[in-house]
Amino acid sequence: MRRVAVIGAGMTKFRRRMLETGRELSFEASRMAMDSAGMEMKDVESVVMGTAPDAFDGVHMKGEYLMDGAGGTNLPYSRVYVGGGTGVFVPVAGWWHVASGMFDTCLVVGEEKMSPLRPHPQYAFWSIFDHTIERPLGVTLLWIFSLEMRRYMAVHKVKEEDIALVSVKNKGNAMDHPCAQIPGRITVDDVMKSEPICLPVKRLDVSPTSDGAAAVMLASEDVARKYTDDPVWIDGVGWNVDTQYWTNRDLYYPRYVEEAARMAYRMAKVDNPRKQIDFAEVYDPFDYKELHHLEGVLLADKGGAPKLTRDGVTQRDGDLPVNPSGGLLGVGNPIAAAGTMKVCELFWQLRGEAGKRQVKKEVNRGLAQAWGDLLQVGTVITMKR
Amino acid sequence: MSSKIKEYRGTEIGLDEVKAGKYLFTNYDTVLRYSWTSGVAISRFLSGLKEGQLWARKCNNCGRTLIPPRMYCEECYRPTDEWVRVKDTGTVNTFSISYVNNDASRRKKPILVSVIDIDGASPGMGILHLLGGVEPKKVRVGMKVKAVWKKKSEREGAITDIDHFEPA
Ligand SMILES: [Zn+2]
Repeated sequence: MRRVAVIGAGMTKFRRRMLETGRELSFEASRMAMDSAGMEMKDVESVVMGTAPDAFDGVHMKGEYLMDGAGGTNLPYSRVYVGGGTGVFVPVAGWWHVASGMFDTCLVVGEEKMSPLRPHPQYAFWSIFDHTIERPLGVTLLWIFSLEMRRYMAVHKVKEEDIALVSVKNKGNAMDHPCAQIPGRITVDDVMKSEPICLPVKRLDVSPTSDGAAAVMLASEDVARKYTDDPVWIDGVGWNVDTQYWTNRDLYYPRYVEEAARMAYRMAKVDNPRKQIDFAEVYDPFDYKELHHLEGVLLADKGGAPKLTRDGVTQRDGDLPVNPSGGLLGVGNPIAAAGTMKVCELFWQLRGEAGKRQVKKEVNRGLAQAWGDLLQVGTVITMKR
Repeated sequence: MSSKIKEYRGTEIGLDEVKAGKYLFTNYDTVLRYSWTSGVAISRFLSGLKEGQLWARKCNNCGRTLIPPRMYCEECYRPTDEWVRVKDTGTVNTFSISYVNNDASRRKKPILVSVIDIDGASPGMGILHLLGGVEPKKVRVGMKVKAVWKKKSEREGAITDIDHFEPA
């Protein structure tokens, strides 16, 4: 397989509600990624789009609806979708377009516009549950997160205060992100005293719903070298989906995330992730998820992520900076766009272009990971200078 | 090029601006109606509920007793072999105290939701249900619970034929 480089990245602001349509958001992010790569539409050979449930927009065939904004007109264009894991799966799909030799370039776009759905985007998630044995109980997506968080806490005896530290860190990191929706300097006490939603989940444990888009430009090695002296390489990709019978799995550990990470590590020849991964953007729609995922991608022992967090290891100036962007908790969570934003962050960090967000240590390889569906999909990408 | 980018695009609309009518919106309420078949396995499961019983499927290859029941074993990828009646008691695997409805609106009184590992099924085979008859503060992971069935005349072959689970 051929080497695949990221040579450009772009994104819009993330906000609860935006004037721009999904197409317009897609255009802004894609155009920025192409401009940063120095490319025009004639240089784009293929386009992969990622966007989550159609129900948010009330537009069926959403991939087609968005395609003109994403630069897909009259090109080999497709939409990929694995729930919340989509944002990192889009560059994975873009990678195989180029690695296979089918195309020299691929524009990769993640978009989400959650605001149209009333009274709240949360309502769309109702329909992901079993129609006969789960929906009649009144299930909501927040239930499964809180059930998972409780199980994680119970198995490892983790305190809510330790989990809250993640929210404090990420919202703080987001203060330096120009696109951030809910950055802030908050305390553990603020999180603990915030409104109960589905305990143990409280208001400040959760990322917001958002509108936004993010994009990256991929190129084969030959083409990349024509455009830049400083390409960033995608050296590992992985994905995995666990059984839909989520009540039959032990939710304390995301084994599918581990499988996805192992797949990416095999490809990247990473045999000691803690030494060979310098920083990570793991999926953090809830604060405990960052801990859960750090363990899943083998950057922490099972039950060991809270201590890393407490010890400051995951801070921007720590040994293993985690979510230096500010993550979903701080920058926002337009689902597919949020995962792609993490890939943009790897690109900017690895090129030393992250400005005030630049991590202190020198970084050569980063990992981005997303997660979703019924607590069941893991998508992973590793990128190297 | 993050540090080289001058401007990130996107125009925020505040809730106050929505209310003030500053922007135009097109509103639409969609009504889609569905009739879902319950399938081979779940139909049998539902008839069991009507009788006040919980039924699982067993795979004789891996030996797992599966609930919710399915006609195939997803791990062995072969048909499952037999129906096994399991108990209507179990253990709280995890639980949550929910203050929200599925449209994110607030509930006046929280409800207790739980994954309950069912006695007689293989370890870790749980189902989603509600807990009742217990103070939220008293619920613990690992707590033994039993089904509280609706009156026979009120059962209709639905997951809600079990009203909730309560401490055993
Ligand atoms: Zn089997």
